[in-house]
Amino acid sequence: MTVQNPPALQTSVSRNGLLWTLVRFREAGISIFILILAVAVTVRAPSFLTLDNFKDILLNISILAIVALAQTMVILTHGIDLSVSSMIGLVAMMVGFVVKQNPEMPVFLAVALGMALGTVLGSFNGLIITLGKVPPIIATLGTLSIYRGLVFFYSQGTWINSFELPKNFKLLSKGTPLGLPNMVIIAILVAIIVYYFLNYTRTGRDIYAVGSNPEAAQFAGIRKDRITFLVYLISGLLCGLAAVLWASRFESAQTNTALGFELQTVAASVVGGVSISGGVGTVPGVLLGALLLGIIQNSLTLIRISPFWQLAAQGLLILIAVISDKWILNRVERTKP
Amino acid sequence: MRAQATMESKSGTLISQDAPRRSFLSNFKRWEWMLVGLILLDVLLNTRLSPFFLDARNLSRTSSDFMEIGLMMLPMVFIIITGNIDLSIASNMGMSASFMGLLHNLGVNIWVAALAGLLLGTLGGFLNGVLVARVKLPALVVTLGTYAFYRGIAYGFLGDQAARGYPKAFTYFGQGKVFGTLIPFSVALFVILAIGFGLVLHRTTFGRYLFAIGNNENATLYSGVPVARIKFIIYTLSGFMAALAGLILAARFGSTRPDIGTGLELSVITAVVLGGVDINGGRGTMIGAVLSLLLIGLMRFGMGLLNIQGQVQGVVIGLLLILSILLHGIAGQVSSIRKTKLHWQSVLISTGLLAVFIAFFLFFFWSRAPVIAGG
Repeated sequence: MTVQNPPALQTSVSRNGLLWTLVRFREAGISIFILILAVAVTVRAPSFLTLDNFKDILLNISILAIVALAQTMVILTHGIDLSVSSMIGLVAMMVGFVVKQNPEMPVFLAVALGMALGTVLGSFNGLIITLGKVPPIIATLGTLSIYRGLVFFYSQGTWINSFELPKNFKLLSKGTPLGLPNMVIIAILVAIIVYYFLNYTRTGRDIYAVGSNPEAAQFAGIRKDRITFLVYLISGLLCGLAAVLWASRFESAQTNTALGFELQTVAASVVGGVSISGGVGTVPGVLLGALLLGIIQNSLTLIRISPFWQLAAQGLLILIAVISDKWILNRVERTKP
Repeated sequence: MRAQATMESKSGTLISQDAPRRSFLSNFKRWEWMLVGLILLDVLLNTRLSPFFLDARNLSRTSSDFMEIGLMMLPMVFIIITGNIDLSIASNMGMSASFMGLLHNLGVNIWVAALAGLLLGTLGGFLNGVLVARVKLPALVVTLGTYAFYRGIAYGFLGDQAARGYPKAFTYFGQGKVFGTLIPFSVALFVILAIGFGLVLHRTTFGRYLFAIGNNENATLYSGVPVARIKFIIYTLSGFMAALAGLILAARFGSTRPDIGTGLELSVITAVVLGGVDINGGRGTMIGAVLSLLLIGLMRFGMGLLNIQGQVQGVVIGLLLILSILLHGIAGQVSSIRKTKLHWQSVLISTGLLAVFIAFFLFFFWSRAPVIAGG
């Protein structure tokens, strides 16, 4: 049909071109969405476009970005880690108590301790999933309540207050020796490392391979179980880091620390173009996804939408992002020769 | 299904496939019997540990605590059997109950308000259905989005307010007992609905289609089954049941706050999966799910009598969930495990990991000691 009608071919190709760009550079689509949102918000509230506000947004999304990157690696293998919030809660509580007991402890030791504890929790997830052959969603649903229960058992319902934490520990996230808050710099470092790991190392490429076609990966000699175990371990490690930052930023460790956070991390990944069925997703996309969530939250406050409606608006925007993405993909499928 | 049945018979169990109409008990497979055993064990243990366990009044009161989970569990069994999931149910329940509360606060007649709540919840399920069945988005993503959306609407409706002062006739649905007995109204409702849902699942064409979709969606579609319409129906049904559960929870509390029922979706999924329903779809029974709800309810009640905090109880339920799947998997793979050679590397790794986990728990208790001492 296209052969008989050259003008139609012409238009379909040009339209195709734009849509293809949107799909192939998934980041372009989100960037446009972010830009539109930013312009709209600036019109209503000029204070949006200030350096301070931008710094504020970055500070707010740093932890989300770190954990969303971990979540992305897990989702890339066609898994999901619902236990991230409970891992953060448990590690934050344990590190909080250790730091409270030993205020002289160097801060980097606290960070190392948090990462070590997180790694143990993450590798427990990995072990159940690989050796026990429990589906990831069930395994991490189980550890979601197990780890959260351990937080209560550990603290007996008590919590760590701001005055119980040493000053150095609190400065870990907020200090600005390099111009930007430390936490933002840590998040950027993590993003760079994960980007390098996923794109330029053999193991990183294996993660994509396992997610996009497990059988082909197996035939190619990739040890699927090992990769799966590794991503849950890394997820735990990054959650441990996030937990220390969380305790430092909010100057407390409570029994409900990070409750419900797992869904935000999945949302950031999915909005950032990570396919829930595995194998598709990029680090810049996820960072933009986290940024979008942060900007939405920030701008809803700035344009004075009642805080009670903010969650609804957030949910609606996530749905819109996912639906429009699917719509673009469908259009491309239809115009494909 | 037939292929699956043969697979099971290969692994050792004998299932009479030729029986034209199976009796109630023949639905009990290994899994259901194991749940029955666990329930008996739990009852036995708890009666020894606490004299208040086998008290009719206590049991009657505690049973109504689990009926909201039960009501939402019924359509969830359908959804998980088709290989999908609905994470938005608890939020939907909050939205419907809050809408009813808002209307009640505005002076609307309680029955009109309740009906409006039911309609809104059904609409919420309908939206999930549209997005999953028509737009063809992954169920996990859709319901994760509506999970935030519906809960947000609930907060939008009521803010930091609560709706209270429901008339006695309405609170009966949550607190009342069936005339002349100790059986709570919600339990009676649940039992009737569970039988209905069970019959639909195991005795109708619609039920067979659910299993077929879970086993092989494409093949089912090419056999001429209206897959999209079926998904549509079960998600709408799930929304309706979530709203119904929300009304009953509001009636039981006698008030509504926007955070009502937060986190219940995970309890529901736990109950379904512990009941032997395959999370990947295609397998499961309604009886199994009901038994697992009973088990979870009895365990939580027993632990509550022993003064164990609700959140710590979560550790036991979570462990039970993982162990149940582990046992399920191991039971099917005993033969393959026997065949695999033990590699010295894997032995080394396993020992190393075991040592790490032990070290973790030593540290856990060591660092916790001052917490207990300090109070």
